[in-house]
Amino acid sequence: MLELMLNKKLHSAGGTMRLDISMDIKRGSFVTLYGKSGAGKTSILRMLAGLFVPDQGKIIVDDETWLDTQHKINLKPQKRNVGLVFQDYALFPNMTVLENLEFALSKTADRKIIKDLIEVIELGDLQSLKPATLSGGQQQRVALARALVRRPKLLLLDEPLSALDSEMRQKLQEYLLKVHQEFKLTTILVSHDVPEILRLSDYLIQLEKGLIIRQETPARFFTKQTNAKLLSVERLKENYNLSILINGQVVQLNIPSIEFEEE
Amino acid sequence: MIDWEPLLLTFRLALVTTLILLVIAIPLAYWLAYSRSRAKLIVETLVGMPLVLPPTVLGFYLLIAFSPSGAFGQWLDSWFGIRLVFSFSGLVIASVIYSLPFMVQPIQSGFANLPASLKEASYVLGKSRMETIFRVLLPNIKPALLTGTVLAFAHTIGEFGVVLMIGGNIPGKTKVASITIYDEVEALNYDAANTYSLILFAITFTILLLVYAVNKRYFK
Repeated sequence: MLELMLNKKLHSAGGTMRLDISMDIKRGSFVTLYGKSGAGKTSILRMLAGLFVPDQGKIIVDDETWLDTQHKINLKPQKRNVGLVFQDYALFPNMTVLENLEFALSKTADRKIIKDLIEVIELGDLQSLKPATLSGGQQQRVALARALVRRPKLLLLDEPLSALDSEMRQKLQEYLLKVHQEFKLTTILVSHDVPEILRLSDYLIQLEKGLIIRQETPARFFTKQTNAKLLSVERLKENYNLSILINGQVVQLNIPSIEFEEE
Repeated sequence: MIDWEPLLLTFRLALVTTLILLVIAIPLAYWLAYSRSRAKLIVETLVGMPLVLPPTVLGFYLLIAFSPSGAFGQWLDSWFGIRLVFSFSGLVIASVIYSLPFMVQPIQSGFANLPASLKEASYVLGKSRMETIFRVLLPNIKPALLTGTVLAFAHTIGEFGVVLMIGGNIPGKTKVASITIYDEVEALNYDAANTYSLILFAITFTILLLVYAVNKRYFK
């Protein structure tokens, strides 16, 4: 669905580095870009959205070429139809929540999408408020809804939940999963938060200094990092008792016999 | 009773100048705020020059430029039949240049202080540059627009040196209030000078007071 090749010299606080990546992302997947800050994750999102131009690169989405430096093709951000949720949400302060959503609607589009989004993301009570009066989590929801008004194929999330407390995060993760499925999106998330990544995404791409160093499912990625060892299996009456050594600590797991034997 | 003509002329000049400045300053400020061109530094310096240059210097060069005996003045005269020296239009042009930084600088910093993500969000949502300027950027820098407008207006009211150099003091055409005050003092008519001065003082005080009050409420 998304074919991506990007190459650009980046200047950052830590000096210059060369971003050089290529990836292939399947339709409907929820991909996390993982890595230290300054690894080039945000730059990749910005290049996808057309806000930042690579030195060399190619972006093909569903057979539509968005960028091909070799053939001098570079679609403007306006023509790309991505949903981008900015780290600072970038809600327009002069407009109410509803006006922010309406702003995103193109002249010919069906207004029904706004109603749907307000319902799915539960913005009903906030419609007539200005962004400045909303909490961080509420602003985040509005930004998410606004990014979806144009029915993008691709949703880009730049550490969208990093500023929220854990309870709010959980709630918003639910919204993200919901819209990802309901609107049949392909989503790319930049995140550091391990539980969040495990919960949301089905594929993980680790970046370091502008290069992809590992990619696999999040579960496997984080499993390998810990040093776990099965110590003993003990059979009790109805249960099995497993002792597992994880990072120097022993964890006891109690599993009903039926479940254990099925596995 | 005093002659109201110089005061009316002053406000007409300030109004026309401010309107023209609004049209010029918004695109110029936008360019200065977002461009990465090398020419930007030079343009920025030129725009700021009237802040430090003696008004007489500006007036002097405009006088030379507009004079019908010079090349530019002659060209204007023969092609368009316009004479800018000692005329109201000449005064307007001079005032626009003289008050340019007062309009451009607040608007420029207004643009520069907006988070870049607002503009980018608008682009990603499919809006053109023009639509972004009018629906997102300008509505969010209203205090800067107001400050620029009022400063340019008030500054034009207070103009003296430039007007004297290029406009002279032709009653009804170029004799503005500040020149009239100078004339009355020269003629030892202190009462008349005092009346004009008080009126200018009161009006400019009120305008500035209103702006500060409005901007305070805006930022709360």
